[in-house]
Amino acid sequence: MDHLVPPDQHDAFGIRINRDQSPWLASGVPWLTILLASLSPLSPIIAPAPVLPPLAFMLLVAWRLLRPRVLPLWAGFPLGLFDDLYSGQPFGSGIFLFSITMIALDLVDSRFPWRNFWQNWGVASLLIVAYLMIAGLVSGAELTFVQLRVLLPQILLSLMLFPLLASLVALFDRLRLLRIRRLD
Amino acid sequence: MASPAAHRSGANKRAQLGLFAGYVVAGSGALLGAFLLVISLWSPETFAGLRSMAADLTSPAGSAGAAGRVESRSVFEAIGGYYRAGSRNAELEREIAIARVRLAEAEALRRENDRLKAVLRVTRGATRPVAVARLIGSTSSSARRFAYLSAGRNQGVRNGMPVTSPLGLVGRVLEAGTHSSRVLLLTDSESMVPVRRAGDDVLAFAEGRADGLLRVRLINLGINPLKRGDVFVTSGAGGLFRPGIAVAVAVRITEDGAIAQLLSNPAASDVVTVEPIWQRPAVEALETFDLGLPPPGAEDGADEGLAEQTPPAPSSTPSPQPSPSPAQSETALPAAEATTD
Repeated sequence: MDHLVPPDQHDAFGIRINRDQSPWLASGVPWLTILLASLSPLSPIIAPAPVLPPLAFMLLVAWRLLRPRVLPLWAGFPLGLFDDLYSGQPFGSGIFLFSITMIALDLVDSRFPWRNFWQNWGVASLLIVAYLMIAGLVSGAELTFVQLRVLLPQILLSLMLFPLLASLVALFDRLRLLRIRRLD
Repeated sequence: MASPAAHRSGANKRAQLGLFAGYVVAGSGALLGAFLLVISLWSPETFAGLRSMAADLTSPAGSAGAAGRVESRSVFEAIGGYYRAGSRNAELEREIAIARVRLAEAEALRRENDRLKAVLRVTRGATRPVAVARLIGSTSSSARRFAYLSAGRNQGVRNGMPVTSPLGLVGRVLEAGTHSSRVLLLTDSESMVPVRRAGDDVLAFAEGRADGLLRVRLINLGINPLKRGDVFVTSGAGGLFRPGIAVAVAVRITEDGAIAQLLSNPAASDVVTVEPIWQRPAVEALETFDLGLPPPGAEDGADEGLAEQTPPAPSSTPSPQPSPSPAQSETALPAAEATTD
């Protein structure tokens, strides 16, 4: 519980009277939001070209940057597997890229323990660009100039959207730490 | 913002071990992912079962969303309709006047068409659709262009069946699940459809480009006869797609063909139709002859072609009575002549 709920999230007396955070909510919300984002291909948007940002991947990065210890290091495997089922990428690309991302973020964490907003955005931007490039490379589609040109607006949109997703994750984080468990 | 102290293991042996184990698990996960990726690039069908199972599980939610898409669009259109009502009205009346003339012309053309077909002993077979379904989603963030369809094997959908909308061809079924299936859209870079120019026999291939357009490549290279605005329809070459389904309209002329805009934008199509796999009537007639079966026409012709690849679905042959089909065109049954007049 201690790694799920950091000390700065407790109030002055540790817990409020008769209410504490629920471990289910505290550990489940990140997983649930990323899994739901993986289902975005089933949203009613039918696109003739790749336009939507990779929401599940971006949420994973945002969660990992905001709360490093909420998702374990191996979380890339199950989350990537689920993403592969719906994303249309060849099976395994999500598992590989999500796992690599978790390791990369861990290394970033040990090198730059204290980061500001711009550094976070920079790290996320690098990862998103790398992810979209590699995902396009291994998608099984033949790589042409047209393909690269289509990738560009998607990359730009994803980079612009990341701060918004990060603040959304901060909102989810407050939901995660709601004190709903009754202490008897 | 990271909390630095909490993360590193320090001198704690147990924490060090845990951290190391985490790296090992994550690293082997990445390796396994890379391995699976190589397998699925090598043979893309390997994990089809897993994917269709997952799509089956979530397709009800997708269907609800698809209905919502259509409804929300019509709401916006209804609101938009109140603006410009007067000018729209005048415009429509003008169009109706023109359309009446065109209708008369079209009627005359239809009569002439029927007459010519009767001379040629060609009947236009009414292809009975296998299923009518909604597109419930698409891989909108991947470089590949797949869509999910709300009908599967239970509705008679099989791999390879063409998917059409009233405006034209949408794609073909790639993996059929139990009650949902994956459709390869025409704009996917792996999709290739044999087409011809509507009106004459300029043959070409329509390849998907990743950006929502099609690349039309002529088969006979030489002087490029294509012009902007040329409409391409399926040629029926090689089977699979029946001839005459609208595909695309040329928007830019290139050296070896044209860049064409899709006629049936999958985003705008409400309900799509899954059609049986089409096979050239002559091939069909030969096959039935070889098998010693009664000549085509006694059975639905389209299902003969299907039988070669997959066992025919019970729902795709709902009635055993004969129906006019392309199979009759070359065997020239007397009934075919009677129906065309």
